[in-house]
Amino acid sequence: MDWQLVFAILPQVVMDGLVLGFMYALIALGYTMVYGVLELINFAHSEIFMVGAFVGVEVLLLLKAGGILDPLNPFLILILIVLAGMAVSGILAVVVERVAYRPLRGAPRLIPLISAIGVSFFLQDAVRLGVSLWRNAFYLTYPSFAVFNKRIELGETVDFSVKSILVVAASLLMLFALQFLVTRTKLGKAIRAVAEDQPTASLMGINVNRMISLTFLIGGAMGGAAGVLFGVQYNTINPFTGFIPGIKAFTAAVLGGIGNIPGAMVGGLVLGLLEAFAASYLSLFTGGAFGAEYKDIFAFSILILILIFRPRGLLGEVVRERA
Amino acid sequence: MPKLLTRVAVLAAALALALPLSAEAQSKGTIKIASQSPLSGELAALGEGIKLGTQLAVEKLKGAVEKAGFKVELVPFDDQAKPDVGVANAKNIIADKDILVVIGHLNSGVAIPSSEVYKEVGLVMISPANTNPLITDRGLPNVNRVCGRDDVQGAVAAEFAIDVLKAKSVYVVHNKNQYGQGIAEFFQAKAKDKKVTVHGFEGTEERANFDPILTPIKAKNPDVIFFGGEYPQAAPMFRQAREKGIKSKFLGPDGLDSTELLKLGGDAVVGMHFTTVAGGVNEYPKAKEFAADYKKKFGKDPEPFAAQSYDSTAIGLKALEAAIKEAGGKLPTREAVAKATRKVKHDGITGNVEFDDKGDPKKATYLIYQVGKEWNDNKLIKRLEIATPAMKKQ
Amino acid sequence: MSERSGRPVVVNLLVLGLIGGSAALVWVVPRSILAFMLFQASLVVVYYAPLSFRAKMAYAALGLGLLMPVLGTHNGYYMEVAIQVGIFVALALGLNIVVGLAGLLDLGYVAFYAVGAYLWAVFGSPQAGKFISATFVTFPLAPGWFFVFLVLGIAVAAVTGVLLGLPVLRLRGDYLAIVTLGFGEVIRVLANNLDKPWNITNGPKGITPIERPPLFFEPALRAVGIEASPFTLYPLYFYFLILGIVVVVILVNQRLEHSHVGRAWEAIREDEVAAQAMGVPLVRMKLLAFAAGASFAGIMGVMFSAKQLFINPESFTFLESIGVLAMVILGGMGSIPGAIIGASVVTILNLQVLKGISLWLNDLRNAGIEIFGYNLANLPSQFEPAKYERMVFGIILILMMIYRPEGIIPARRRRLERFDRGHEERPAP
Repeated sequence: MDWQLVFAILPQVVMDGLVLGFMYALIALGYTMVYGVLELINFAHSEIFMVGAFVGVEVLLLLKAGGILDPLNPFLILILIVLAGMAVSGILAVVVERVAYRPLRGAPRLIPLISAIGVSFFLQDAVRLGVSLWRNAFYLTYPSFAVFNKRIELGETVDFSVKSILVVAASLLMLFALQFLVTRTKLGKAIRAVAEDQPTASLMGINVNRMISLTFLIGGAMGGAAGVLFGVQYNTINPFTGFIPGIKAFTAAVLGGIGNIPGAMVGGLVLGLLEAFAASYLSLFTGGAFGAEYKDIFAFSILILILIFRPRGLLGEVVRERA
Repeated sequence: MPKLLTRVAVLAAALALALPLSAEAQSKGTIKIASQSPLSGELAALGEGIKLGTQLAVEKLKGAVEKAGFKVELVPFDDQAKPDVGVANAKNIIADKDILVVIGHLNSGVAIPSSEVYKEVGLVMISPANTNPLITDRGLPNVNRVCGRDDVQGAVAAEFAIDVLKAKSVYVVHNKNQYGQGIAEFFQAKAKDKKVTVHGFEGTEERANFDPILTPIKAKNPDVIFFGGEYPQAAPMFRQAREKGIKSKFLGPDGLDSTELLKLGGDAVVGMHFTTVAGGVNEYPKAKEFAADYKKKFGKDPEPFAAQSYDSTAIGLKALEAAIKEAGGKLPTREAVAKATRKVKHDGITGNVEFDDKGDPKKATYLIYQVGKEWNDNKLIKRLEIATPAMKKQ
Repeated sequence: MSERSGRPVVVNLLVLGLIGGSAALVWVVPRSILAFMLFQASLVVVYYAPLSFRAKMAYAALGLGLLMPVLGTHNGYYMEVAIQVGIFVALALGLNIVVGLAGLLDLGYVAFYAVGAYLWAVFGSPQAGKFISATFVTFPLAPGWFFVFLVLGIAVAAVTGVLLGLPVLRLRGDYLAIVTLGFGEVIRVLANNLDKPWNITNGPKGITPIERPPLFFEPALRAVGIEASPFTLYPLYFYFLILGIVVVVILVNQRLEHSHVGRAWEAIREDEVAAQAMGVPLVRMKLLAFAAGASFAGIMGVMFSAKQLFINPESFTFLESIGVLAMVILGGMGSIPGAIIGASVVTILNLQVLKGISLWLNDLRNAGIEIFGYNLANLPSQFEPAKYERMVFGIILILMMIYRPEGIIPARRRRLERFDRGHEERPAP
């Protein structure tokens, strides 16, 4: 047991976990908000995340082709692509709700869930179709920015890239903005009202359909932002990139307590850290028998354990009372 | 109920009318050559090259077989680099009695199970790119290849790392498939043989987030990182490694031999080395005409393995010619074509090919390149001609 | 009964003509996909035709038992399609129990299929020898063991079903869905990674070659004077084996549906709390549903392994689970003929229609035809219609849920519900 190695890589593992965790948190927000108002697992959300990533890379590639990528300030470009990703993903989420979920409002639970799976699959292949026709490719890579890849040293063995810090900072910003929106604004209050009791909210004069669309818009935008940050952080994306992070983000949402926005954030961070630790340390601790490839099973096992022993999550569920 | 029957009757009539448009004419005198390679998905760039090389060869060299009275056609198949798709295609291929030769595959992990299907009917497979030793070490009479093998390639890579890159420690990563894990193991064996420290041997199927693997690598700080696998994983991994501040040198096998490596990996892969059994068309003086024809017809430069596919197809056509003659001008059996293939001696655009008793070329070429800023600027570091090892007792 | 007299001769002739004619057409133009689809459609017509049950059975036997094997020998590809349809029919019927009857949304159904497949693959090939020392028994086992493993496949898959069921018993529908999805992925990741520390599954390289059951009837055939190579015999062998198993599966399904177990399942699906109040033992019935559904997948898994000669974890992904789900949904949740139709339609869609479009597009591309001035030869090679099954599944699921959630052939109770809502004429009792 190489304890020296264990401690040497600890700070890096924590950083990896945080970056991953914030990304999961952003995606989890989409799941948790939608579940809060509709009690529906929006399977398509993982594809909304993926579309955001593709929007980011397309904008970058277009800028590059136009020759204006290099002269511009990279930080400005980052803000631009995050906003673009948020916009497209948000709108896509609203469209999906309109087309595939609204006609099924009131149907037994299984029905919209199956429709959501259908949307997820459709979007995966639709993007694949688009990318194969438009760029004759399957993978797309984010162009690198030298300034993002610079390392900041915090000590002899510890260094972090500017990129990671940016991702963490951007995520924190968005999480706080969302929390503010939901708890301190009238709009947020309306969303919470719809989540708690739809008929009464409508009696109170709230346009339920509009609030639901808004929820999808915000959740989708968060997912889109996560997608762009994912692309910036890990460079290569393909149409199926969303699937696994989607499941993990849902796990995170459940871990924190479904419907609970701070819960999603906490859940995301906890899951990200756990996963990073499992991935980096598993092979060290088991002498090579089990390695990083088991990290996905790890996440699923956590999900099962929570659901069995603490189905309400860490911070408690926020869903309407079942009659 | 009558309503439904009427509907079905109308449907049937419509289908029947549409039939003549879709039915394929079965001509007595057609011989088909099938190609199996990934035409979609992440390895499509290399797979396309194999198909197009075969296509060019069929067009230019089918003369002899056509003179014997048979039309020659190419039937390309997409195995998506997935073994089960390859096997499913293989079953279709053997059901089509016109197909007498298969050129393929790209991935050893797809070729091995597919060849078990071809074996059922004795259909010959000539591979331009499969490098895993198990392809021919099973001693099947219908499996051949024109390129080198990984037990040699892995050793060559290891020796290069030690002699030229002066590595005292290495870290080996592979992508868990037949090819990647195979060559990684050969590399590791040779490295251990030469008393070099192997800090780790990790397998991963990860496509995006390589952090968990790179973090321990960074801590161990090996001189060389060897990745056994193909470019869709190698490129992002090397890129993220540089971004993490890893300073080790990178090394890889022929799975990295593609323009896509540079496209996906960017600056991180410039200056790294890779071994290959194919290499650029410029290495082969006889391939100049081929390269020009390829560019004229398909509008792009030939990818690695395209020239090897051209030679493989040429061998297939020669075998067909010989088998037809032996059958007295009639359609030969698949076993006959396979036997004839083994006996072919071909002076092709990538060199002289003569098969040994298990389908390997008696001598094979291995090259080592350094990646330049543009793919065409790749520098050839070394070129070796090595005899193929004999079959190990299973 | 009165509407049926006076018609039978005409109907019989029509059906016979359709089946016979389409079969002849396939014989004459074996490479035409449309001809084969016509033949398949004619078999569906048998189901809908106003004939007595016995007549329908006779036609089914003629079509499936005689004509199909003959056509399949003529063009091996059709045999392959028929075999695949058979396998998926059994899978759809199994999932139909879990999702359709009991209302438990299982998104990881392919896990049971994988368990059955790997069970035979590991022991019916040299693989088991890699982690079990050869002191008592050498691997691969003798081919005759295949039949033992068919039964074992049922048992092992059923046990796996119970193991999956136990932790998820108390979960709500949507949580259940995610957990079963996770379970399916866990099985696939395990299959992909159990090559160290002991090499059980050989990881992504897969397991090959897998043994097939012995051709015990070959000496008998030769005595009668029929000489056939294993290459032609094996597909027929598998076809009839699978046909037999499918018939048994259908019978078992019917008995279950009309038993108190089936009614208990439907009660659980409609309203769990009420069912429990009525005395339905929830735990036992749910576990039974999982086990029953899993067992069908298990036996078909063993069959699949032996037929393919090669399996690897890629055959058991989430896509496959959703594929089977799409079959059940399309055909009609909780309905046996629905599951059969759904499985047939989706499989044929994938194997024939999509592939046919792909091949046709390839031919056009090779011919360099132009559409509106766009030369098809320039069509990017990444664009291959055959690979868009995800999109097809997705569209099927969405459209079916919005427009016809009860499926093509709804279960009887659903049809009665549709009548109550004024959509249909009252169905015959």
